[in-house]
Amino acid sequence: MAIVSESQRSITRSEVHQTITRQSKHLPSIALGVVLLIAVSFTLLTLFALLARIVTQAIPALTEKGTGFLTDTIGSEASKVGIWPGLFGSFGIGLGVLVIAVPLGVGAAIYLEEYAKQNAMTRFIVVNIRNLAGVPAVIYGVLGLIIFVGWLKPVTNGGSVIAAALTLAILVLPIVIITSMEAIRAVPRGLRDAGYGIGASRWEVTRDHVIPYAMPGILTGTVLSLARALGEAAPLIMIGAITGLLPETSLSGKFTAIPMLIFSWSGRPDSGESSVGWSNAAAAAGLVLLVLVLAFNIVGILLRNHFEAKRVGS
Amino acid sequence: MNGLLAVADLRGDPRRRAHDRRMRRLLGGSALVTIIVSALILFVLARGTLDFLRSIGWNFGILRDLSEAPGWFPRRERFDLLTIFLGSVIMGMIAMLVAVPLGLGTAVYLSEFAPTKVRKILKPIVEVLAGIPSVIVGYFALKFIAPNIVTPIFSPDQPRNMLVSGLAIGVLVVPIMASISEDALRAVPSSLREASYGIGARKSTTTIRIVIPAAVSGIVAAFIIATSRAIGETMVAAMAGGRDGSGPRTLNPLEPGLTMTAAMTNAAGGTDQVNSGAPFQVLFFVGLLLFLMTMTLNVIGDRFVQRVRQQY
Repeated sequence: MAIVSESQRSITRSEVHQTITRQSKHLPSIALGVVLLIAVSFTLLTLFALLARIVTQAIPALTEKGTGFLTDTIGSEASKVGIWPGLFGSFGIGLGVLVIAVPLGVGAAIYLEEYAKQNAMTRFIVVNIRNLAGVPAVIYGVLGLIIFVGWLKPVTNGGSVIAAALTLAILVLPIVIITSMEAIRAVPRGLRDAGYGIGASRWEVTRDHVIPYAMPGILTGTVLSLARALGEAAPLIMIGAITGLLPETSLSGKFTAIPMLIFSWSGRPDSGESSVGWSNAAAAAGLVLLVLVLAFNIVGILLRNHFEAKRVGS
Repeated sequence: MNGLLAVADLRGDPRRRAHDRRMRRLLGGSALVTIIVSALILFVLARGTLDFLRSIGWNFGILRDLSEAPGWFPRRERFDLLTIFLGSVIMGMIAMLVAVPLGLGTAVYLSEFAPTKVRKILKPIVEVLAGIPSVIVGYFALKFIAPNIVTPIFSPDQPRNMLVSGLAIGVLVVPIMASISEDALRAVPSSLREASYGIGARKSTTTIRIVIPAAVSGIVAAFIIATSRAIGETMVAAMAGGRDGSGPRTLNPLEPGLTMTAAMTNAAGGTDQVNSGAPFQVLFFVGLLLFLMTMTLNVIGDRFVQRVRQQY
């Protein structure tokens, strides 16, 4: 016969189980959980409030104007404005980033990861790039004002889309380099060794093996830097983007961009006579910018997660 | 051919090697561009600062307003640095009062408490918040934070003031605080947590007494880098700060204020279309100070980040 009965055993078991797993009555645990949940819900609430405010304010302007909001030019009446010049400027800036910052940034990343010796000069370049990534945007605006608007006037014709594209390309260059370097560093050593083993030169290994393998990471960096460039306004103020009247859009003339329109329109008082005021126009422009920037961001994040998951599996 | 391999045979085709050297130079050139950019930033700021100091006749006295009502009035050639410095510091402090609890709380939750499913949804949302352009946060400050939060609670004289601007800058730096802290918390080896559970510690004890202290240098790094971003933030301060390029010195967060960054955009464009003389050139001087301040913070922050990497 057993010393303890089956029923006694089950009582003991459940008591021990309760003692070990009892957390709910411990006050500090509850307090920490509550504090963390409050912090997280505040963060989410802020994001929600921001999106809700932009969308609800944007609806009157967008329903009134329809697609005309995208194709009409800017002006002095809130209910009649469109963002065409802003779209044109932002498109030019995006193109500039793709054409200038991406090749330059990927090239620098390849050099630093594949070619450069581990010496003081290389370390200096890397530290310098990390510092550049933290320089406030408004300072890049000062650089753009003097170099691209001033010194390179024969090329840019002053404060034009070209000057803006160059300035923002320089601004996102560190981001492109840092993300590309991380992508290249993640390429397995063996891939390179196999290439060298059959007599390929450094460039051949880089071109045929390293870059294709690192491509998803490089793409993510490209997409995120595009999103950043499209949202920046401070450097554009510095190089003289305009917000008043812009009858025609051209590469060499005066320019504006969507963030500049939001900045300018947000500050204008609403007369209250029309159903569509400046704050509605600003919100509608904000919604267009948000959709563009968030789409780029989400594509970038998804790309990264997708390839990260794949890497771990392989 | 005598049947022996010479060193030259192993080196490969000279044309391929020449091509490799050309690519090396080309790629090295792109890396050098970053050095040139840094040098140009320093040169432009330093030259502009010299021009400014020459314009004011090396009279450093006017950089410190000793009058009864000190302030930043560039068009009247009154450049009280303390006014804009305090503006940046006050708005930066308010921002960090928002960003530290929200950012750190989110990071601890994501790293220690969130079930994998929740984490998979929550982390991209935080990253989306990080991608929101600052002009849009500026709009949010003007059309939501000011009328719906600050004005009903504090009823300030002006709808746009340092509190509104600081809160909005805080919203902007929450994701930076959250993502760097979360990286640091996740870098803490799970053996430390397991050891703590092994001696019977609860989750809350483990988090507060073991994980957070182990990640403290990363959390400090997050704080410093977020502070640097808050001080360098331009659009929100220019839109919601409430001053168009000039204003008196004040310590009251419910009054309008001017940051160093907003002083710069106003000197360049904004309402003062001058583009010459001291009221314009001062933007280089302020830019140089801002550059040095943010760079110092970033370098210190980076040191802390490196320390986390070395430890684990």
